[in-house]
Amino acid sequence: MNMKALILVGGFGTRLRPLTLSRPKPLVEFANKPLVLHMIEALVDAGVSHVVLAVSYRAEQMEQELRQEAEKLGVQITFSLETEPLGTAGPLALARDILASNDEPFFVLNSDIICNFPFRDMVSFHRNHGKEGTIVVTKVEEPSKYGVVCYDERGRIERFVEKPQEFVSNKINAGLYIFNTSILDRIQLRPTSIEKEIFPVMAEDGNLFSFELQGFWMDVGQPKDFLTGMCMYLTSLKTKDPSLLYKGDGVASGVMVDPTARIGKNCKIGPNVTIGPDVIIEDGVRIKRATVMRGAHIKSHSWIENSIVGWRCVVGRWVRMENVTVLGEDVIVQDEIYVNGGIVLPHKSIAASVSEPRIIM
Amino acid sequence: MLKAVILIGGPQKGTRFRPLSLQVPKPLFPVAGRPVIQHHIEACAAVAGLREVLILGAYPAQELQQFAAEMAARYGVAVRYLQEYAALGTAGGLYQFRDQIRAGGPDAFFVLNGDVCGDFRLDRLLAFHRERPADALLTVMATEATRQQSVNFGCIAEDRATHAVLHYAEKPETFVSTLINTGIYICSSDIFQQIGTVFKRKQEEIYSADFEEGPPSETISLEVDILAPLAGSGRVFVYQTSRWWSQIKTASAALYSNRHYLKLYRENGAPLAEDGKPCTIIGDVWIHPTATIHPTAVLGPNVSVGRNAEVGEGVRVRESIVLGGARIREHSLVLHSILGWDSVVGAWSRIEGTPCDPDPNKPFAKMDNVPLFNGDGKLNPSITILGCNVNVASEKIVLNCIILPHKDLVRSYKNEILL
Repeated sequence: MNMKALILVGGFGTRLRPLTLSRPKPLVEFANKPLVLHMIEALVDAGVSHVVLAVSYRAEQMEQELRQEAEKLGVQITFSLETEPLGTAGPLALARDILASNDEPFFVLNSDIICNFPFRDMVSFHRNHGKEGTIVVTKVEEPSKYGVVCYDERGRIERFVEKPQEFVSNKINAGLYIFNTSILDRIQLRPTSIEKEIFPVMAEDGNLFSFELQGFWMDVGQPKDFLTGMCMYLTSLKTKDPSLLYKGDGVASGVMVDPTARIGKNCKIGPNVTIGPDVIIEDGVRIKRATVMRGAHIKSHSWIENSIVGWRCVVGRWVRMENVTVLGEDVIVQDEIYVNGGIVLPHKSIAASVSEPRIIM
Repeated sequence: MLKAVILIGGPQKGTRFRPLSLQVPKPLFPVAGRPVIQHHIEACAAVAGLREVLILGAYPAQELQQFAAEMAARYGVAVRYLQEYAALGTAGGLYQFRDQIRAGGPDAFFVLNGDVCGDFRLDRLLAFHRERPADALLTVMATEATRQQSVNFGCIAEDRATHAVLHYAEKPETFVSTLINTGIYICSSDIFQQIGTVFKRKQEEIYSADFEEGPPSETISLEVDILAPLAGSGRVFVYQTSRWWSQIKTASAALYSNRHYLKLYRENGAPLAEDGKPCTIIGDVWIHPTATIHPTAVLGPNVSVGRNAEVGEGVRVRESIVLGGARIREHSLVLHSILGWDSVVGAWSRIEGTPCDPDPNKPFAKMDNVPLFNGDGKLNPSITILGCNVNVASEKIVLNCIILPHKDLVRSYKNEILL
């Protein structure tokens, strides 16, 4: 179909530190696959042949790795580098030549989003109403924490309300859009906010429609939400593609384990756990609601809940980790240590317990 | 012939040892597998010519009498419990039971405070006392403390040549001496004359006092009413020891003493656990023969495991006392804690305290008796104590908590006292 997509990757991914100190955010593995690949694979599946990543800093590593993936998927991936901050709309102007290279509508996507990407349905919905733009919306429990979207029965957006004091709507902007190329005439190459400057104008002339997302949705740009998103994703796999989930002794439902990982005896893994490649888990380990990245080593009798163990970490015996503890790459936690909400930067060795949440540099 | 008197006070005393002392009188609390005062009795029984040990206290008789009978059978000396009718003070009890103490005409008798621990070399104290002039009334065993901590104890100024006590001040406000009273004495029978004089004087004060102000104290303190006034008289002496000594007033002190007594056992060739039997053993560990230990557990250093306790698969215990009947389920970690009788720790749980040991870098530093709460009203971190029959669910952490008996913990707790 030759469609295009622009993925807004942005900058250094500081909210997902310490993980993003070692890898660019799009490449951080979510459920054992680089985060941005979840989106790219779904885009290719929906007929996108060219993906542009809008970045604000060069990451050769990212370009190299994604080049290989691009070849495998048969899609073209280019990088659009902004040399000064362009906001959420500016990058569209920067990538104008690619996005307007044909007349097909193009996707614009926030790179931190995880959900059951409805790209094909978005296209049909968009063509159906025939107007300039479609925003995916999703239902949330606490709409006043965000900006909400108000629309009529056909989906035509009437207005946006930031942090409403009273209930007006429980739908928020899900960060996934599809636009006709004509939108590019509205955007100049300068710092512009698409939500504040472009959308309200489009809504006023009835040119913006909302597409209701079904199923789970999460912005996984920070550790707490990364873990919540992981739980939602694994739960969705139980019905969508249970073959991806692990079945074995000592492992609950909703657990993903790379085939090269090894799990010892008398462990209790899960629910809601992802175990990456080459991970070694020794005997008597209990892991719940956690991500264990490639090459990590968890020693016997340890207990891990609600945490992220970074690449190549070594967690000692009888360790207890909880409360959104995040270990950066190559962190060593000594035997018998307790880490409660510790954010640990790469290459640290933890020899003393952290009983209250803090950052360990 | 010699005797010994162990002063153990009553339930009104030793409240800082709660909740452990809610279950069992503090003097009977097991440290390194043996009741606190059993260590005293063992030291007394080792003195040649010592025939009888009298335990003086205000606790109800039954438990102490039973204990006394067991001790007599074990050590081959007479052991009796004498119950005071009221708290009479460290010398008041001695006076009340002077007839029992003097029965049989002992040449001298030891007096030992029940709430101290240490490597009591009573034979050396005895030899030292015998070398003093014939009219010596009392020799007190003393040890060195830091200048700062000394004011928390009884301070002794010593004549270096004769070892006579020149001056004695109990918990002075300003510095007197780094030489402190260990609560261990040896007395000649003539001391009862001194005590009698003080007793009569106090009785006169009581009966001539203004009753509207409430009756004055009947107690006679060995330190304040006997020792201090006799300082400088040439009849009271001090014997300085450099062996390990500590007070045991708080539960943290119980762990500290546990460690030191285990070390003493090792030095004296008493049976400690060997590595591999039945599990990995690090350092000094004492395990009651009826305890069940999984071979993959790792115990020590400085652990005592009581009668019929159970330690499950992959459990790690360090610097802790596990009392009788306690059960620790698989993969758990117990650290700087005391697990009460019949308590249960669920699988993958973490029971952890914070030790309050004396600074090992300061020679002669003693345990600080840290108050329960700090100036801001927050609980000072200390060792974790599970009272008897406490049940901790699996996968929880209990950190710096004191849990009273019979509680069921279904979630994690930190820095709390649970009533």
